[in-house]
Amino acid sequence: MDWSWLPEYLPRFGEGLWLTIQLLFWSILIGMSLAIPIGLVQVTGPRPLAWLARGFTTVIRGTPLLIQLWLIYYGVGSLFPSMPGIRDSFLWPYLREAFPYAVLAFSLSVAGYEGEIMRGAFRGVPKGELEAARAVGMTPFQVLRRVWLPRALQNTFPTLTGEFILTLKATPLAATITVFEVYGIGSIVRQETYKIYEPLLFVAAIYLCLTGVLVLGFRYLENRIPKQTRS
Amino acid sequence: MENALDLLALSPPGWGGNLLRGLWSTFQTTLHSMENALEPLALSPPGWGGNLLRGLWSTFQIAAGAYALGLTLGLFGAFGKIYGGPVLRGTLAVYTTVIRAVPELVLILLLYYLGTDLLNIALTSMGFERIDISGLWAGIYVIGFVQGAYSTEVLRGAFQAVPFGQIEAARAIGMSAFKAHWRIILPAMVPFAIPGLANLWLIATKETALLAVVGFSELALETKQAAGATKSYFLFYCAAGALYLLLSLVSTGVFSLVERHFRRGQPQQS
Repeated sequence: MDWSWLPEYLPRFGEGLWLTIQLLFWSILIGMSLAIPIGLVQVTGPRPLAWLARGFTTVIRGTPLLIQLWLIYYGVGSLFPSMPGIRDSFLWPYLREAFPYAVLAFSLSVAGYEGEIMRGAFRGVPKGELEAARAVGMTPFQVLRRVWLPRALQNTFPTLTGEFILTLKATPLAATITVFEVYGIGSIVRQETYKIYEPLLFVAAIYLCLTGVLVLGFRYLENRIPKQTRS
Repeated sequence: MENALDLLALSPPGWGGNLLRGLWSTFQTTLHSMENALEPLALSPPGWGGNLLRGLWSTFQIAAGAYALGLTLGLFGAFGKIYGGPVLRGTLAVYTTVIRAVPELVLILLLYYLGTDLLNIALTSMGFERIDISGLWAGIYVIGFVQGAYSTEVLRGAFQAVPFGQIEAARAIGMSAFKAHWRIILPAMVPFAIPGLANLWLIATKETALLAVVGFSELALETKQAAGATKSYFLFYCAAGALYLLLSLVSTGVFSLVERHFRRGQPQQS
């Protein structure tokens, strides 16, 4: 084992780590916000929207993330330059970067998996609580904002650890569309130093640490949040 | 009014016939351009449809082989975790934890290089030639090893869900430990394990796509090559997505039939 390359590449691994964390954060944030309406319409209707949401989750969960990512980056991305006027628009600088496509693909994936969980969570809130909220005169929107959504989110909190870890483990795919996060930097090292095992082991160790931090952090948070008591 | 409608009469001097002919030719050109748009997907060259279908077949082969290997590893892993001594249990705990915490892409690369190197060291020390493992077998071994960690946990959970009284009853009527496992515990585990195992199969089919990054020929790589050659990225990735979706929808259907079969005679779950 020869680790003499490490000091030279360490700053780049730092940049890669920051990119990984950004990917993870934005994907979960956007994905979770999309998951809430996707779960909700499947419980409340209207029917066509419920079917649409159902179809979306089926497609997302039935196809590999790599194909979704490539479809969005190479497929959708190749359609943009042919659109008239798009090169002059304020969006163009972002559309040329690979990072937004990666965030979009991962967000949609999170939305698909977590939307399915939100559906169960919305359905799992006891009917009596919603009836009580309506009985004291809340409007439907107030019921959602004050009772239904907080109670559903509370039930999905334990699944969030898993979602974070799954998304973290998906972020290396971004390296295939030139977003050089931790794994991507590892590939650069492999190409430049002709070493195989050391960079890969180092990358694996970084991910192992990140997963450990996520697990411990969420365990700490979960202990602080008051547990739901079931009667 | 009648005179006005006469203008639309089908035969001359009316113009209705011309309108219908116009409509028909518009329909034909639309159909033709759609055919042209889908032409890259034709089954025989210059179309790439045949390559995609061959890719789907190798995806299926790799996934099936990896799944079988994963189940075997999982069965040993689960019983190792249940009956093993502290050393075996510790090793298995490291195996399942590390595999489930590190991204599959990193694992696939590591295991691929490690596997070929170890095999070649073993072969050369025994006096054989170095060999290259074919993509199919390497894919099966790499994904199977990853699957093994997940199936260990699924099967261990299923074992723990079997009511202890059934195991005691099997021992009480004089079955040997092996017979009790073969006749009672394993069949009783199956209904508990099936939902988790079905999920693992779906994960295996999707995970094979990662092999494209390493350069093994399966559906994702065939698609990438076809899309790169024809420049119709959107069309080909959509087509690949449809094929993967088909595979997972059919698998879901099959697994629900299997689950119904193994749950027969069990009390209905509320």
